[in-house]
Amino acid sequence: MNEAPKPLPDNVDGEHALALFTEMVRVRRFEEKCAEMYSKGAIRGFLHLYIGEEAVGTGIMQSVAPQDAVVATYREHGHALLRGIPMNVVMAEMFGKQEGCCRGRGGSMHLFDKDTHFIGGNAIVGGGMPVAVGYALAASMRGQDAVAWCIFGEGAMAEGEFHESMNLAALWQLPVVFCCENNFYAMGTALERSESETRLVEKARSYKVTAEVVDGMDVLATEAAARRAAESTRTGNGPYFIEFQTYRFRAHSMFDAERYRCREEVHEHELHGPLRIFAARLQASGLLDDEKRAALEAEIAAEIDAAVAFAEAGTPEPVGELTRYVYSEAHV
Amino acid sequence: MNSTATEGMREITYREAAREALHEALTNDDRVFLMGEDVGRYGGSYAVSLGFLDEFGPDRIRDTPLSESAFVGAGIGAAIGGMRPIVEVMTVNFSLLAADQIINTAATYLHMSGGQFNVPLVIRMATGGGLQLAAQHSHSLENLYAHVPGLKVVVPGTVEDVRGMLLTALADPDPVLIFEHILLYNRKGVLPVQAGAVDIDQARVRREGTQVSLITYGGSLWKCLDAAEVLEQQGIDAEVLDLRTLRPLDDASIMATVTKTRRVVIVDEGWRSGGISAEITARIHEQAFYELDVPVQRVCTAEVPIPYAKQLEEAALPQVSDIVAAAQRVVNGHG
Repeated sequence: MNEAPKPLPDNVDGEHALALFTEMVRVRRFEEKCAEMYSKGAIRGFLHLYIGEEAVGTGIMQSVAPQDAVVATYREHGHALLRGIPMNVVMAEMFGKQEGCCRGRGGSMHLFDKDTHFIGGNAIVGGGMPVAVGYALAASMRGQDAVAWCIFGEGAMAEGEFHESMNLAALWQLPVVFCCENNFYAMGTALERSESETRLVEKARSYKVTAEVVDGMDVLATEAAARRAAESTRTGNGPYFIEFQTYRFRAHSMFDAERYRCREEVHEHELHGPLRIFAARLQASGLLDDEKRAALEAEIAAEIDAAVAFAEAGTPEPVGELTRYVYSEAHV
Repeated sequence: MNSTATEGMREITYREAAREALHEALTNDDRVFLMGEDVGRYGGSYAVSLGFLDEFGPDRIRDTPLSESAFVGAGIGAAIGGMRPIVEVMTVNFSLLAADQIINTAATYLHMSGGQFNVPLVIRMATGGGLQLAAQHSHSLENLYAHVPGLKVVVPGTVEDVRGMLLTALADPDPVLIFEHILLYNRKGVLPVQAGAVDIDQARVRREGTQVSLITYGGSLWKCLDAAEVLEQQGIDAEVLDLRTLRPLDDASIMATVTKTRRVVIVDEGWRSGGISAEITARIHEQAFYELDVPVQRVCTAEVPIPYAKQLEEAALPQVSDIVAAAQRVVNGHG
């Protein structure tokens, strides 16, 4: 960046800003450790990293209330941690251990947590959207003040399930916040190669859904957009759509050779990455210095090391348990 | 089973029985609601929910857009959110548009989440041929869903079952798919005045016999009972086993009838290749091979998309004469 970083606006609480930054760093470092563990063979299968997109999930989760549900995608480690699933059980799940949040049955792409109404971890693009609509329908029918936060990538907007779900949520005026994480690539297919209309908000507006587009690299912008969405949705104005424009710094998964984009393009985005720009602003506001940063990093590193140790020490789910949870046990 | 009402019994159509079950469920449990294409103002494509909109209101009798994937998936989400949705899919052919939600979501969430998220969802759909509705409204695809762990698949053939199975399905913590054969809606049967929930995990012998077992379910049940009457006149004593549930299959009842008669004809409106009849045949061979006197025979739908013209459709679907001929073959030792 050539320009000097802007200090934070006066109305932003310094402690809160630092907390946002810490959460983003926590997600980033967790995923870097996951990549390392993948290289060592401790994590297998698909591993989709959120690196570069942390400001989106971090901003959204500030408005997610305890009674709300979150329905996410297969790139959901960050959402799971930000929602409050303990890092130990997330890491143990990545290791396929009994102590994992899904007892090793879900893995990286299928993190679930009943306590926080975290309804996956869905690896069918668009597949979680009708479920979010249904959760909102239940909340609405039961008179509960709960919002369903439906997180998906821009690739999902080419799926029929996006259009069906958007129509149903709008038709029935349900409390769903549709959060589109637009990282501009559906796996290796660029947005302009998959959508005839690349102004994604127009698709939402065609269903008479309030829609806005925000800079997904700016955590204050994502937080503010989520707050507007929550206020609108909780006051009975039906669904809301936000397009968060962001970028994925790493490959789609560990199997991706990245033939579809050049290194320079990635580098350009990295220069404007969410951690980098927000750290600079915190520094410009006198909220962060080298010492504070080091302390914060050390604390996160300790938590991650403990999570790895927890996962390594975990119990492999016994093969004898293979067929448990195909059907509910209380009924068998 | 005769259709004359006796004391403590009453005569009722399959449609009425399905309707009574829905009515009872909606009346007794605020969490229950019905959702699907044309279930409200239209009254249901097979008129099962006629009048419900006025009685229960649009919140609980929900007409949906033609979005099978969204409204089946919304049923899953609503079930997780504490409701007890009954989703109606007009016909099994349309359910393929929601196959993602049924197979990738409803069937997987409990296991994938390590036991955290069960999906207490009931999906009803019409199945089967015989009304000249051609190749996109006549197929019997229930075996596709019976293939999938995590789902339960029930196929009521009687008025008692179509009434009682819905109530049992609603009490089940996991997804249950109910397949109602289109030719049964107008069929009459007798029902105890105090009819209620019935089990959904056991097959039932609908007619006792000693020489050949006709193993079947759903719409084919009545063809098998008719075939058994014809066979009786020819001096052949046929047993008819109604499977009632395709997942889980009741192996014990299947092996019991095989052991009893030693001759088997499986009658299934699905296609033979990769069908439920193939699965049952395999299980008999695995578990009761030495009880058989002759190889298992199958009467299935011809391997064609079901055609429109009456004579072609009749030729495609299993008929009483086909069942009689198959039973004669096995009894005469020519299986």
